[in-house]
Amino acid sequence: MVRPRRPVPAADGPMTHTLTPEERRERRLILALLTPALAVVGVLLIAPLIWMGWQSFQGPDGFSLMHYQRFLTDSVYLSSFIQTFRIAFVVTLAALLIGYPIAYVAAKSEGIWPPIILGMVLVPFWTSVLVRAYAWLILLQRRGIVNSALQDLGLIDRPLLLVNNEFGTTMATLHILLPFMVLPLYAAMKKIPAELETAGASLGGNGWLVFRSIYLPLSLPGVIAGSVLVFVLTLGFYITPELLGGGRTFLVSMLVSRNIELYNEWGAASSISVVLLLVVFAIFRLASMLIPFERIMGTK
Amino acid sequence: MDASSHPHQVGVTIRNAVKRYGSFNALNDVSLDVAPGEFLSILGPSGSGKTTLLGLLGGFVQPTSGSIHLGATDITHMPPHKRDIGIVFQNYALFPHMTVGQNITFPLRARHMPKADWPARLEAALAMVELSGYADRSIAALSGGQRQRVALARAMIFEPRLILMDEPLSALDKQLRETMQLELKDLHAKLGATIIYVTHDQREALTMSDRIAVMKDGKLVQVDSPRTLHDRPANAFVASFIGEAMLLPVARQDAGILTLSGKALRSAHAIPAGKDLFLTVHSEKLTLAGPSTAPEANLLPGTVSSTVYQGESVRIFVTLDGGHAVSLRLPSNHSGWQIMPERGQAVTLALHPDDTIVVPQAA
Ligand SMILES: Nc1ncnc2c1ncn2[C@@H]1O[C@H](COP(=O)(O)OP(=O)(O)O)[C@@H](O)[C@H]1O
Ligand SMILES: [Mg+2]
Repeated sequence: MVRPRRPVPAADGPMTHTLTPEERRERRLILALLTPALAVVGVLLIAPLIWMGWQSFQGPDGFSLMHYQRFLTDSVYLSSFIQTFRIAFVVTLAALLIGYPIAYVAAKSEGIWPPIILGMVLVPFWTSVLVRAYAWLILLQRRGIVNSALQDLGLIDRPLLLVNNEFGTTMATLHILLPFMVLPLYAAMKKIPAELETAGASLGGNGWLVFRSIYLPLSLPGVIAGSVLVFVLTLGFYITPELLGGGRTFLVSMLVSRNIELYNEWGAASSISVVLLLVVFAIFRLASMLIPFERIMGTK
Repeated sequence: MDASSHPHQVGVTIRNAVKRYGSFNALNDVSLDVAPGEFLSILGPSGSGKTTLLGLLGGFVQPTSGSIHLGATDITHMPPHKRDIGIVFQNYALFPHMTVGQNITFPLRARHMPKADWPARLEAALAMVELSGYADRSIAALSGGQRQRVALARAMIFEPRLILMDEPLSALDKQLRETMQLELKDLHAKLGATIIYVTHDQREALTMSDRIAVMKDGKLVQVDSPRTLHDRPANAFVASFIGEAMLLPVARQDAGILTLSGKALRSAHAIPAGKDLFLTVHSEKLTLAGPSTAPEANLLPGTVSSTVYQGESVRIFVTLDGGHAVSLRLPSNHSGWQIMPERGQAVTLALHPDDTIVVPQAA
């Protein structure tokens, strides 16, 4: 519905037209110039992926499906995937609910305010993930600032369990990934011409109708882009859940690392990574049916 | 729909409207009365405050001071969505995620009109702008002219008593623009609504309007019928903005006599007092003096400096004996070619006292 309709290329458009010798030469030159970059991508990205895929099918005696069979038999696998998706879902939803108003205010404000608001959203980017995770640990622990403040105010008798569980993990992950929600939202909102809202009002629409039927639908590409980014990034989050989960959260990324650290099981770790990768591909595929892939990545 | 089905025609009264941005006056004490059912154009160069004035009427711009009445209702501080004014925006402002039909019925939706009434109204609105059958098209699939019509239909479907248009034809090519000008005129006659039409194209304003309000630097300079504005401009700015007027500096001798380069000319109109006066010369008011020239006409001797063939006419540039350059046209027909002067030829031009208009420097 919100997908921008591009004009259909004319019959003699660039799609069907045959290349002139100059164009062909130009394309060969571009390919030649791209070769170093393609080589780097090939060595550092494609090759390890192939190796990982190959490994996931290796048992003690050659080819085997044993690592994938574990997904059906080992209940830890299933519960870990379920917990990971649940946290990713909650983080995405919370990021959307918090991020949408922030992006909206930034997109609507004028003068020095947009850079100030976006700057505050971006501050976490300039601090290491490790530092931020420990900061949350200090804030949320039994005798941390949050608990003591709540106790001093008389709102609670005993400290709440805010950390070393799913809540702490969700909270810290949300904090770290919020910019990935706000920035695509802001970009999408900035593209909405202000006169559309003016027109909506002049035609009799009150503020709520104009927002609901004009602004919100036109900001949906940003909603989808931000949600996909946050969701996918949460699926692979490692340090934060490791530090703030206190053993009570056991995410897919930790499943991978345990298989290697404790059992030296590279095949099992690879199979989990392959499954996670396929899930991510599927999510991107679904999202790109709603909006073009370049928009999710923010290149357009 | 004819004018009689629109019994609630409404006028607009703007009193001493001022809009200041910091220390800059975008609107400077504008007062304007628009009669019920009138087609009034606001004409002025870019940046003269036309869109700001329209924003004031639409409610998107809050006046620094002054008041606006729609009929007897004071709407100065009424929010835009309560004003019931149809607006066609400069870039149409169509909702890109809605179909043509959804765009046009948006005002009905906003007014909680029963859904059962929508189809008939939509049909009527589409028919009015000659887009019947387009309801399910997407906006992206429309041409510029079609988008223009959709914007028009959307602004009219709720039968507003006042319609504002901000340069609605400026994005269209010349031919389509001229067609749409006539269609808009027809629509105005059919609807009977009051229309305030912003443009920077003087020919468009002259073609379409009952009256034209000329703006400059946030002020109204002159509000008059197209003919009065063209033939009797109030000052040099209006004269130079409308038509192809040449302005020649002159001096006042008395109320009916002026001197151009020392030569006395008669004017049938009272010549304003003061210095910095200009004779307004439109090329169509000048003729080559001949046997049929009226005896009371002012005669201006000069020399042809060049002639330019322009298809339907030939433009003849003449340097008057006082050194001023003027031009006139001869039709490129048989009788025109009979008397066509050549370059370097001495000619005498005639200007009737009725067409001899003297204006002061812009206020
Ligand atoms: N929001 C604003 N802030 C500051 N100046 C403005 C604003 N809107 C318009 N102006 C100024 O007011 C003047 C008139 O603008 P506008 O009404 O858009 O002119 P027009 O429509 O005749 O081209 C311009 O000089 C413009 O720069
Ligand atoms: Mg304008």
